[in-house]
Amino acid sequence: MSTAPESHMPAPSVERFATRDSRADSIFKGVFGLCALLVLLVLTGAALAMLWGGREAFAKFGWKFLVSSDWNAVTHEFGALVPIYGTLVTALIAMIIAIPVSFGIALFLTEVAPSWMRTPVGAAVELLAGIPSIIYGMWGLFVFAPFMAENIDPWLDEHLGSVPYIGALFSGPPLGLGMLTAGIVLGIMVIPFISSVMRDVFQTVPSRLKESAYALGSTRWEVVWHVILPYTRSAVIGGIFLGLGRALGETMAVTFVLGNAHELSASLLMPGNSIAATIANEFTEADSEIYLSSLIALGFLLFVVTFIVLALAKLMLMRLSQREGNR
Amino acid sequence: MLTTRKSSFLIAAVAAIIVASTFGASAYATDITGAGSTFVYPVLSKWSAAYNEKTGDKVNYQSIGSGGGIAQIKAGTVDFGASDAPLSSEDLTKFGMGQFPIVSGGIVPAVNVPGIPDGQLKLTGAVLGDIYLGKIKTWNDPAIAALNPGMTLPSSRITVVHRSDGSGTTYNFANYLSKVSPEWKDKVGFGTSVAWPAGVGGKGNEGVAAYVRQIKGSIGYVEYAYALQNKISYALIENAAGKYVKPSIDSFAAAAATADWGSVKDFNLVITNAAGEDAFPIAAVTWIIMYKAPKNAEHSKAAMAFFKWSLENGQEQAKSLEYVPLPKPLVDRIESYWTSEFKG
Repeated sequence: MSTAPESHMPAPSVERFATRDSRADSIFKGVFGLCALLVLLVLTGAALAMLWGGREAFAKFGWKFLVSSDWNAVTHEFGALVPIYGTLVTALIAMIIAIPVSFGIALFLTEVAPSWMRTPVGAAVELLAGIPSIIYGMWGLFVFAPFMAENIDPWLDEHLGSVPYIGALFSGPPLGLGMLTAGIVLGIMVIPFISSVMRDVFQTVPSRLKESAYALGSTRWEVVWHVILPYTRSAVIGGIFLGLGRALGETMAVTFVLGNAHELSASLLMPGNSIAATIANEFTEADSEIYLSSLIALGFLLFVVTFIVLALAKLMLMRLSQREGNR
Repeated sequence: MLTTRKSSFLIAAVAAIIVASTFGASAYATDITGAGSTFVYPVLSKWSAAYNEKTGDKVNYQSIGSGGGIAQIKAGTVDFGASDAPLSSEDLTKFGMGQFPIVSGGIVPAVNVPGIPDGQLKLTGAVLGDIYLGKIKTWNDPAIAALNPGMTLPSSRITVVHRSDGSGTTYNFANYLSKVSPEWKDKVGFGTSVAWPAGVGGKGNEGVAAYVRQIKGSIGYVEYAYALQNKISYALIENAAGKYVKPSIDSFAAAAATADWGSVKDFNLVITNAAGEDAFPIAAVTWIIMYKAPKNAEHSKAAMAFFKWSLENGQEQAKSLEYVPLPKPLVDRIESYWTSEFKG
């Protein structure tokens, strides 16, 4: 090729620089545009492939696939209600636990902790994020589930099981496995993700804002609530949804502690199933076309569920910023 | 790029020369490929190592599950498939395939009942079916007490544990329940995964075993070899002749021997609830599935030679892994099936 070293050329004219620059610009634009386009292509490609793979199930069961709680490989009746319910409930429990705890961790690390403590504890939190999910699953199965079975489940059953309305959520045999256990394990898994994002954005709050608030006599809590949180709100919510996305799609850890039973039960102490766990469990031995198709259709539904949840989040963010504008 | 490609080609060429010169007698060593059942993987790999030493032929087996193995052999991407559930004769004819058993094993009900010693609790098939249907809910239920006179049974709740993944173990266990419990046959039936009326699901033998160990008052089912290696306590099940037979290589072999192989085509017979006096009630076999007129005849022939060698000479290796070699009359039957069905 004819790319001679240009530094040795005698005084190149301005036009040549300009054409070279504009060529470089267009190449730059093209390459990075392609990168961005690739994401879209992969995304739609994956969604379409799953829709195509699941077409048989959608054609056979129609919209009933969404509301049926059947899952019978012998009679070839499949429905996605139990896995969808399990996925949403475990993710919800996880978020109920993870959001306040992550908030506390991030706040402690940025505002309260002495400075010698911040770096090691922050690094430890980030290390937690690197633990493979199967390790959480094994810990959940061998350590946490027996603990739940012996201490937490009987207590819940005894004290909350007979309370009207919420009683149904907490009654059942103390198996130690089930949606509550899975939700808690998931919560522990996503805490490092959410808290490290929160910590990073809390650090970006300019100290003059905080110092002004302190100077006006604000307490630490008032500074957090009225200065830090409003300043970082969208990034905080972004971090929460990063964690939520992970909780919705988590497979191995959930499979270990969820109980994997295709049964719809109100009680959080009972075993359930999630979309990702069902696919992981049953894919290898799905021996009929419609079975395999139903599993792929489940994958597509996970895609749809995640998309809906994230879209709702974006909508919420937009609403919030609009209100902000009106104030 | 070019140099790495060149050098890897060189390495391959050198390797080929070495292989060819080592096994001078069988000038070309054949790579036999297979896929399927995870259950037979340990014994197949042991056999293939020994066979490789002897003949130079190599068996590459991917233990991806029976369903996957059937799909792969149908697609013709492997030389043989291995499945814990038999294919029907219609299916086999449709694809021009044949199947035959290769090895046998057993499934035991693992129990965790505080205060009951290992291997003492007795159950009939019907009672086991009612437990798995969720109809018998406590260990001191009259139906269980009647089978175990003089045993103090706890009043604790029974938690049923089953496999969460599709599995040949489930296929054979549910098949057994279908044979002994009409209600099970009606409501649930059998397959590599079924719609369980009750209980929790563990992934793999190890998942079921872990749940049984942890949940007091639970009952599950695992492969015998797994139960033995992990010292899991089991219950006895009454066999078709009305006897309580301990799980052992002998009682599994008795099941394989007394099963009525003459009554079916293509060995399409699940050997649960076999008739023999000493037969263990929940015994199982794994089938090999192959094309009768394969695309790659040479590979198929090599695979057939491997299975012949394994059936005739692999008994000790199988036993050392707690598998049950097939009894002599059955091996004879398989070999005559080969000569009549797999021509050429």
